[in-house]
Amino acid sequence: MPSNDTQTDAVELTPVHVDHLIADGELAAENAWCVSYDTETLPEQRPAFVPLALWQANQDDVELAPLLSSDTELTTELGQQLSGTNAIAVDFPAFTDGRGYTLARLLRERYGYTGEIRAVGDVLVDQLDYMRRCGFTAMALRDDQHPDDAIRALNMFSVRYQTDVEQRQALFERRLLASE
Amino acid sequence: MYRYDIHDQTLVDERVAQFRDQMDRYRAGRLGEEEFRPLRLQNGLYIQKHAPMLRIAIPYGMLAGKQLRALADITRRYDRGYGHFTTRQNLQLNWPALEDVPDILADLAKVQMHAIQTSGNCIRNTTSDQFAGIAGDEVEDPRPWCELIRQWSTLHPEFAYLPRKFKIAVSGAAQDRAAIQVHDIGLRLWHNADGEVRIKVLAGGGLGRTPMIGDVVREDLPWQHLLTYLEACVRVYNQFGRRDNKFKARIKILVKALGIEEFRRRVDEEWAHLKDGPQTLNQAAVDAAKIHFPEPARRPVTDSAIAEFERLRGENRSLARFVTNNVTDHKVSGYKAVTLSLKRREHAPGDVTADQMEAVADLADRYSFGEVRVTHEQNLVLSDVPVDELEALWKELDALGMANPTVGTLNDIICCPGGDYCGLANAVSIPIAQALQERFEDLDFLYDLGPLDLNISGCMNACGHHHVGHIGILGVDKKGEEYYQISIGGNSTDDASLGKILGPSFFREDVPDVVDKVLQVYVAERHEDERFLDTYRRIGLKPFKERVYAQQ
Ligand code: HEM
Ligand code: SF4
Repeated sequence: MPSNDTQTDAVELTPVHVDHLIADGELAAENAWCVSYDTETLPEQRPAFVPLALWQANQDDVELAPLLSSDTELTTELGQQLSGTNAIAVDFPAFTDGRGYTLARLLRERYGYTGEIRAVGDVLVDQLDYMRRCGFTAMALRDDQHPDDAIRALNMFSVRYQTDVEQRQALFERRLLASE
Repeated sequence: MYRYDIHDQTLVDERVAQFRDQMDRYRAGRLGEEEFRPLRLQNGLYIQKHAPMLRIAIPYGMLAGKQLRALADITRRYDRGYGHFTTRQNLQLNWPALEDVPDILADLAKVQMHAIQTSGNCIRNTTSDQFAGIAGDEVEDPRPWCELIRQWSTLHPEFAYLPRKFKIAVSGAAQDRAAIQVHDIGLRLWHNADGEVRIKVLAGGGLGRTPMIGDVVREDLPWQHLLTYLEACVRVYNQFGRRDNKFKARIKILVKALGIEEFRRRVDEEWAHLKDGPQTLNQAAVDAAKIHFPEPARRPVTDSAIAEFERLRGENRSLARFVTNNVTDHKVSGYKAVTLSLKRREHAPGDVTADQMEAVADLADRYSFGEVRVTHEQNLVLSDVPVDELEALWKELDALGMANPTVGTLNDIICCPGGDYCGLANAVSIPIAQALQERFEDLDFLYDLGPLDLNISGCMNACGHHHVGHIGILGVDKKGEEYYQISIGGNSTDDASLGKILGPSFFREDVPDVVDKVLQVYVAERHEDERFLDTYRRIGLKPFKERVYAQQ
């Protein structure tokens, strides 16, 4: 298998807090969660998203939720295991890494996951619409992003051709229904 | 022609507003250079050697006269009055100002055009056969299927940040004119014994620094599953394609690394979950797409008119030459497709002035139901010309400098912009094309050589398709000097093959001589009626090599 090691550099070990969280299409009033990339030790701050293996080892701790790296291979077993949590974070190690979009769609559409899916990491204003369409319900903006740009960017499009998590009928199908 | 409805129009309008907003934020310093990069690329905007470059999409090569006129107007108002048709059926503007791009996109949107996903690491403009819908050897018209793919791939939320660019080509004829074997995904439409459309799916072809011919993933995909299967292929690539090295990030590297069986297994596993899902096509959806590509209201052409045309052709040697090379048979008797050559020594292959664009639009209106197609050989096609109007059309084309009767010959060179425009080039390529066109302009000689693809790229990115030229020329850089490497035996059609390098590279001024020697070997060795490519395949590289590198 080809290696996917884009994220080995810039591993951040101190838990990250995010100033601006977009949740359900709006700027969230508060954001209690921190994100910890430390794969070995649990963070003191809670609640926290922690790397998958650490979460798996501490599943009875209700203040923890899994953080999926972008190269996570979402097997059936893992997909089912994840359905037991209320929130999942998907990491974007670089905004150009598009694997997180597929992860979110698989969680929603294949594993029927209904809890929060939060995008964390290199999350930019211009990605939010795609993220939402792929099933993210919360996006933790990178520090330098302007929240008002984010809200505007989220609402730029009223048309989509494809099916996605929000739009369950392709446009070709909707056109046919409209013409009947 | 596909015509936008309110949904398509709203989407491109909203896209223009989005890009304007992004550009404003970029210019105000709220959007960094690095963050802006993929956004501008996915709107066709490159930063090039001299100036920005804008790549405008021409979906599967189809243009309406009205659109061509708008393009002419845009090149005049925002550029230097000309444009460049590319091997991917796009139009590039070489000199727009950055701050004008939102306005250019807005003007394009007015005529149902855009530059969405013409660059960047996403699914690019889908390309097809320039004779779609009119070719005698066609089994299934690819255009409605291309349009369905265009819609599916446009602003696909999951695939805007793929590991690398992704190109799809579709062919529906016996002969492949869309180079499907050298695309990330190539689709071949065919009919099974019951007359139902089936799709052969190839994956992992491509040029660039590691050229490869695609492998067959599936021979007989039922048409209903076109979009879900494509989604499965691209999803597997998005998840498992390499991202650590951009030179190894194309799907061809993944297919090679996994092996085609394993790749197919993963696609099928993915597809099992998508199959029969909401993007499954039904007859009504396909019919709705087909309505956009009706047969034009062709008037009947009488047998006597056809006979008269044959008589003219017999009498007029110049017309006969044009007809032999630039005119293609049509599925409807009495009609022809006419290829307008954009190859002349005075300009780069594929270049067209605004005046020419307008003139072609007028000719399209008068002779061919107002439609023009762009070919991946960087020419234009009028697809529906009645034979009794051919002579008149030919005269008008001649006056425009677009009747060069050399389509398909050595003179019909495919060429990338190279060092004259492109920041990535190792060497110039346009002057090489011009030097060759000057050297080989004798028509009798060109015709004697028969069909010959000569393709030139200014660097190994292979925008000029040099790997699949019967003769390929590649600009290479050695210690800051420009050299040219020559390969032979490439081919992009049904029996696709990659060219083999002849040997050490050459100085620029020697290229015409070297090509001449290669041709001399062919002329000496060929059997009667044998194409250059076939002679090469029969005798191999050695005789060419010996002749070219012989001590003087
Ligand atoms: C001047 C600006 C251009 C730039 C910076 C550029 C850049 C590139 C790059 C980087 C690649 C290699 C991608 C890869 O294989 O991974 C490439 C490939 C290619 N480009 Fe361009 N290009 C330019 C213009 C053109 C033009 C004018 C054409 C058509 C005439 C073109 C058609 C192609 C094609 C057909 C390929 C091969 C793709 C494949 O592997 O299937 N490009 N280009
Ligand atoms: S082949 Fe190289 S030189 Fe030519 S256009 Fe492509 S990137 Fe530029």
